[in-house]
Amino acid sequence: MSVITIERKILEKNDEIAAENRSLFARHGLFVINMVSSPGAGKTSILEKSLEYLKGKLKVAVIEGDVQTDLDAQRVARYGVPAVQIVTRGGCHLEANLVRDALKNIDLSGMQILIIENVGNLVCPSNYDLGEAMKVVVASTTEGDDKPLKYPAMFRNASVLVINKIDLIPYVNSSLRTLRTNALQINPALKIFETSCTTGAGIGEWCSWLEERARV
Amino acid sequence: MHELSIAQSILEIVEQHLPPGNDAAVRSVKLKVGDLAGIVSDSLEFCFSAITMGGPLEGARLDIEHVPITGECRDCGGRAPVRDHIFACPSCGSGNLAVVAGRELQVTEIELFDKLPEPP
Repeated sequence: MSVITIERKILEKNDEIAAENRSLFARHGLFVINMVSSPGAGKTSILEKSLEYLKGKLKVAVIEGDVQTDLDAQRVARYGVPAVQIVTRGGCHLEANLVRDALKNIDLSGMQILIIENVGNLVCPSNYDLGEAMKVVVASTTEGDDKPLKYPAMFRNASVLVINKIDLIPYVNSSLRTLRTNALQINPALKIFETSCTTGAGIGEWCSWLEERARV
Repeated sequence: MHELSIAQSILEIVEQHLPPGNDAAVRSVKLKVGDLAGIVSDSLEFCFSAITMGGPLEGARLDIEHVPITGECRDCGGRAPVRDHIFACPSCGSGNLAVVAGRELQVTEIELFDKLPEPP
């Protein structure tokens, strides 16, 4: 019996394309975030609130990833920013080549931030580097405060946690303190924001941080 | 369910390494999969057997070596396994850990039959 010994990363092709994306972003001085969450946590709503807040302050472009429809790109385009929709047709996550192809439809010159909204899924997107500077995970209070323990890889791989729907805390069985403790157990370096897209709470703080990062 | 696309990538890598000719039959493919890689072994095995049907890899077994998560403390330099996803140094209590093992997702070995097995 013969054995062929190889050491090949299974996602090397994706990682190579992600590295190309990353150097393209660097050439344009773009700060790129990859927003991930379970479906319905409020990624698109946070994005809309952010675009409203950042209007006239920063030049933002958006890539939307969804399994079907371009509804999110339509929502985002109303804010007057370039928005490209990737429809994965069943695919549960974005891959670097999909982002590379989508980038052909955006004029990056003069852009300062690119926000990539991934497919709503707390498992699969954690493995796929898209070339971003960091992953931002959104967890909403209605999902329960044990999310970080159930999906540790995503919370470990993210640099920022946005806890959304904090206005609903009085009505749900979920504690902000427990959610924070659980997230920090998985990833003590997480930067945490608390937001509500209904009341607008925390959006300013989150956007100021984005602005600061984009100007570095 | 990204195991299908992972299985597809494994197949591509193995095919690139197979010796030329039709007489190579693959007995097993050895993988290293970290506990932080987010892979469900059963799903991966199912997807792999589905996409290899009818090709030279039909019937090949996936031999998955699970790699536990290991942290290295950036403060005291200690190395220890991370249990129950508690990312804190057991020696000094610091949360400033680098994950030095547990993210692996690799093909490490392909085992071939010397000749095609006799049909049953």
